[in-house]
Amino acid sequence: MAFALPTFVLAISFGVLARSLDWGVVAPIVASAVVFSGSGQFAVADVLGAGGSALAAIVAAVLVNARFAVMGVAVASTLEGGPLRRAFEAQATVDASWALANRGGGRFNREMLIGATLPQYVAWVGGTVLGVVAGDTIDAEALGLDVLFPAFFLGLLIDELRNGAEHIVAAGIAAGVALVLIPFTPPGIPIIAACVGALIGLRGAWTR
Amino acid sequence: MDTLTAVWTSIAVVAVANFAIKAAGPVLLGGRQLPRLVVDVIALLASAILAALVVVGTFSEGGGLNVDAQTAGVAVAGAAFLARLPMLVAIALGAVTAAVLRAI
Repeated sequence: MAFALPTFVLAISFGVLARSLDWGVVAPIVASAVVFSGSGQFAVADVLGAGGSALAAIVAAVLVNARFAVMGVAVASTLEGGPLRRAFEAQATVDASWALANRGGGRFNREMLIGATLPQYVAWVGGTVLGVVAGDTIDAEALGLDVLFPAFFLGLLIDELRNGAEHIVAAGIAAGVALVLIPFTPPGIPIIAACVGALIGLRGAWTR
Repeated sequence: MDTLTAVWTSIAVVAVANFAIKAAGPVLLGGRQLPRLVVDVIALLASAILAALVVVGTFSEGGGLNVDAQTAGVAVAGAAFLARLPMLVAIALGAVTAAVLRAI
């Protein structure tokens, strides 16, 4: 359940942020229920909050979430059933669950993927409700809550890096690419571009 | 377009787009096994994406790079992970670090 906690806290901060941007009470909660994506919803809130158009907000959210297309390809052979069932099972693809379900060597655990996402969905919608209703009284930064998500991802990353030197090289390239691109590109692009780090996996074609 | 129209338009379109983005791979590929080369790349994807999420979450602020109490908190959590402390303990140490730095 550890992974549902940062989700809950992040959802609260989304509720607080959306409320402060005059989204009202219903829209932020509906957004969390139907979009169910922290990065996508924060992208929309950031762009609209900065005076951007709906189109700009949509483009930003799609760019931020394009990584799920890659992650979806990765889990494709793990999911079960016909196209419709696969489409719905694929909705369990969220960062934390995807990383937790990763068994290494390109294999994924379907039960872990879905099982880890359900509590996060409840935490995400519940946290948003709390943030919208009681948000004025919570100062997330003073409590250091903005550390939760990056720290959580760092913990998962360090576990991955224990799998070998290739993982460290891939992560190093990815981190470098993301760091260089942050000041020059819209949110989301650094994460997509950083996927090139994984291409060192192609090295295997020459070494075997 | 007033604020609420823009908000609702964005929510509706992003919800549909997000569904399609996640469904694309599993629906189009079905249960097919991927070629060995693709699997080799996918095996390293988690390391690459997680590293990028950490970097963006820690250093990206308003379109620029930023080092602050949050950065210090994430670094402390990272050290705790390397020392093999349990995940919740490591994350809590990071959050407390940022909170204390901001309070002083």
